[in-house]
Amino acid sequence: MFENLDAVILARAQFAFTVSFHFIFPAFSIGTASYLMVLEGLWLKTGNGVYANLYRYWIKIFAIAFGMGVVSGVVMSYQFGTNWSVFSTKAGPVIGPLMAYEVLTAFFLEAGFLGVMLFGMNKVGKRLHFFATCMVALGTLISATWIISVNSWMQTPAGYAINEKGQFVPAGSWLPIIFNPSFPYRLVHTVIGAYLTTAMVVGAVGAWHLLRDRANPGARKMFSMAMWMAALLTPIQIFVGDAHGLNTLEHQPAKVLAMEGHYEPSPNGASLILFGLPSNETAEVHYKIEVPHLGSLILKHDPNAPLPGLSDFPRDQWPPVPIVFWSFRIMVGLGFAMLGLGLWSLLARWRGALYDWSWLHRASIALGPSGFVAVLAGWVTTEVGRQPFTVYGLLRTSESHSPLDAAAVATSLIAFIVVYFSAFGAGTYYMLRMMAKPPQAGEPEPPKIPQRAAGITPAAAVATSTERKA
Amino acid sequence: MADIDLTTIWAGIIGFAVFAYVVMDGFDLGIGILFPTFSVGEERDQSMNSIAPVWDGNETWLVLGGGGLFAAFPLAYAIILPATYPLIIAMLLGLVFRGVAFEFRWRDPRHRAFWDVAFSLGSVLAAFTQGMTLGAILQGVHVENDAYAGGWLDWLSPFSLLTGAAVVVGYALLGATWLIWKTEGSTQQRARRLALPLGVATLLVLGAVSAATPFLTYDYWRRWFAMPGVLLTAQVPLLVAICAVTFFWSLKRGAERLPFMTALGLFFLGFVGLGISIYPYVVPRAVTIWDAAAPPQSQLFMLVGAAVIIPIILAYTGWAYWVFRGKVGTHGYH
Ligand code: HDD
Ligand code: HEM
Ligand code: HEM
Repeated sequence: MFENLDAVILARAQFAFTVSFHFIFPAFSIGTASYLMVLEGLWLKTGNGVYANLYRYWIKIFAIAFGMGVVSGVVMSYQFGTNWSVFSTKAGPVIGPLMAYEVLTAFFLEAGFLGVMLFGMNKVGKRLHFFATCMVALGTLISATWIISVNSWMQTPAGYAINEKGQFVPAGSWLPIIFNPSFPYRLVHTVIGAYLTTAMVVGAVGAWHLLRDRANPGARKMFSMAMWMAALLTPIQIFVGDAHGLNTLEHQPAKVLAMEGHYEPSPNGASLILFGLPSNETAEVHYKIEVPHLGSLILKHDPNAPLPGLSDFPRDQWPPVPIVFWSFRIMVGLGFAMLGLGLWSLLARWRGALYDWSWLHRASIALGPSGFVAVLAGWVTTEVGRQPFTVYGLLRTSESHSPLDAAAVATSLIAFIVVYFSAFGAGTYYMLRMMAKPPQAGEPEPPKIPQRAAGITPAAAVATSTERKA
Repeated sequence: MADIDLTTIWAGIIGFAVFAYVVMDGFDLGIGILFPTFSVGEERDQSMNSIAPVWDGNETWLVLGGGGLFAAFPLAYAIILPATYPLIIAMLLGLVFRGVAFEFRWRDPRHRAFWDVAFSLGSVLAAFTQGMTLGAILQGVHVENDAYAGGWLDWLSPFSLLTGAAVVVGYALLGATWLIWKTEGSTQQRARRLALPLGVATLLVLGAVSAATPFLTYDYWRRWFAMPGVLLTAQVPLLVAICAVTFFWSLKRGAERLPFMTALGLFFLGFVGLGISIYPYVVPRAVTIWDAAAPPQSQLFMLVGAAVIIPIILAYTGWAYWVFRGKVGTHGYH
């Protein structure tokens, strides 16, 4: 019995580890694919070589991130079967087709055009190449749409019936399944999150090079573009996040109460707990700092509206509150930090000092990784807050797993950890090394741009290796 | 009746996806398997470049095979994966190493040797575990109450080791013949020299697996050797013989494309043979495709999409291959 419990915890750790690692790459490549599309589009429209240079600069970094996203994604598509076979049998008829559509409409599209995007610059015309870039960017967005639909269905199941084998099956139309209640919020919030993640990275790279050379045209352009994204998207993201929270309050109230740290009901309006140490054992938040009535104001838009507490729910339906409470605060805190950066950049722009204020640049560098942390914290909130269910309210995590053997799960978990840290660690190092080089000016002007960059394309790489031999 | 047809169609689609995967990723895994035999520098660069633009698309067929199984036959997915757990994990890790090596070896010349080894070992591991998974499924898995009920090492047997080795050899043949087609100069010559022994070895392992399979259970035996089915099944070895003769003849004549095509033919026939052995089971002797099928609504919903989208996918995949047609040459594509 205990053995079995351990195996389940190991299986959860394995899923959490592999999916968190996987998500890091899409979070960056969804945004970067769109960014590359914009850069190439602007280049085609204006003929300005700066855009072509930036395209060539970022596509090398993108190629690495995308490759790691693909291989870690292939692992994910088998994670459901290896460790969660009961879940797969039961939920397969509903979520399986959505994932099959993801493969058909998104993965093939990305993969089919990626080769042309990376290596085909001199093989197809400019417009056709731009088309390939657009298809890759579109593929990443379609991919996000389906997989978020799957995840959202697990959070807020809809449109299903249960058959005699105990499987979830579609009750009729597929529309309520795909467009389940939390899907629109989660999709918009996640895609904006991916765009912000990219914006923070691009901004940090631009700022890094501005600190060394304020005149570098590539660094100026990328910093400016990234700061526009930060200034425009963060307010929208916060607004969407708020709407997402209200929707969650409607469908998964226990999760929101865990995020807020409310164990006891608040009949006369809930406070907003800023910080504290929640504990499921004692069912209270220690050392809390709170603002009265603000919680109800945010969640109900009325300072005196009553709010339930976790104690209104059976004890065995509580998520692990401390994790959810803290991961939520990390995400929101970073969201406001990004907002601050965006506003600061607007001020600098207004004063005509966007490329001069070195403290702004330093702040941007500091926030470079913040997008990754925020999206991961967001997912932890979402997923841990869904516990103890895999299909919310219907299928418990403890009843979803395969006939597991602790030794096998532990060995494979260790193998994943070793392989991921070494392979993806190396990849991250290579990306950072490329980012540390300034975007080069004086690259050949169009129509030779974008042309093959050393290393990434067969031609240049082979050429250099032959030269070296000669 | 309606759902019976749907289920059969889905079995066909997944069979197609798996076959597409086996031949497409087969040749690029094969190049990984042969990688150490190529000299550092031009030969390795050329053979890597001959697959760099297409490997991601090739691997996507694996995702369709797995994802399609999950969607159309969830029960089979839920039995096979736990039954072959360590094999699947090893395959995935092999694919991780191999996949990142495509980019990393260009990025980091000082550690190129390391990433070349990772590329090669990852490919061998992926191919070997895929073959063993096939063997493990063929020899049968222990199912009780619609769930896997065997142990963690049930998959390990002389037969699965044989199928593992068979797939490694077969993929290597595909890789070598692909290089004959796509490269020139010393790379091509080396690939040509490798193709002959690999062709012989592939036929040997194909023969060994075919000879061993009917003895695994009486059922396979009956399928292959009872009248009147034998009239049909006997065509498979006959066609294999024709393919094999054409293969050796084309190698001898110095043909560039035909060796690859005939190697594909051998794979196709091997695949048909497997189909004869297994159908209509997905988990031999335990679960048929109808037992494992998702409800008709699920299969129908996907079929609409698959019928429209798969042709489109084939079209643009074909286009992508066409863009990179011709020899890789010494200076990349030209
Ligand atoms: C750059 C990324 C980013 C930023 C700055 C924010 N979020 Fe977020 N958040 C995500 C990225 C994200 C995410 C990764 O996209 C999640 C995880 C799953 C999901 O639905 O979106 C998420 C989940 C998530 C949830 C959980 C919903 C649920 O699962 O039921 C809530 C309530 C919020 N967010 C609210 C906010 C608020 C109020 C923010 C204000 C600053 C905020 N988020 C900033
Ligand atoms: C959209 C696709 C996703 C699906 C279908 C999904 C599904 C699941 C499933 C089945 C589990 C196992 C049950 C459990 O242990 O809780 C799980 C756990 C988890 N997932 Fe997700 N997930 C998805 C995306 C993500 C992403 C992108 C992340 C993070 C980046 C994430 C983070 C986690 C974490 C942290 C856990 C462990 C929670 C715990 O053990 O308490 N998930 N998810
Ligand atoms: C458990 C859940 C998930 C599974 C099973 C999964 C599966 C996969 C697979 C198999 C690939 C490789 C596709 C190829 O071969 O080209 C992939 C890549 C990708 N996935 Fe996931 N994925 C999951 C979660 C997510 C989430 C939550 C997102 C985004 C919101 C996402 C977005 C992407 C994108 C954009 C790619 C393309 C590669 C990249 O950009 O890095 N995936 N995923």
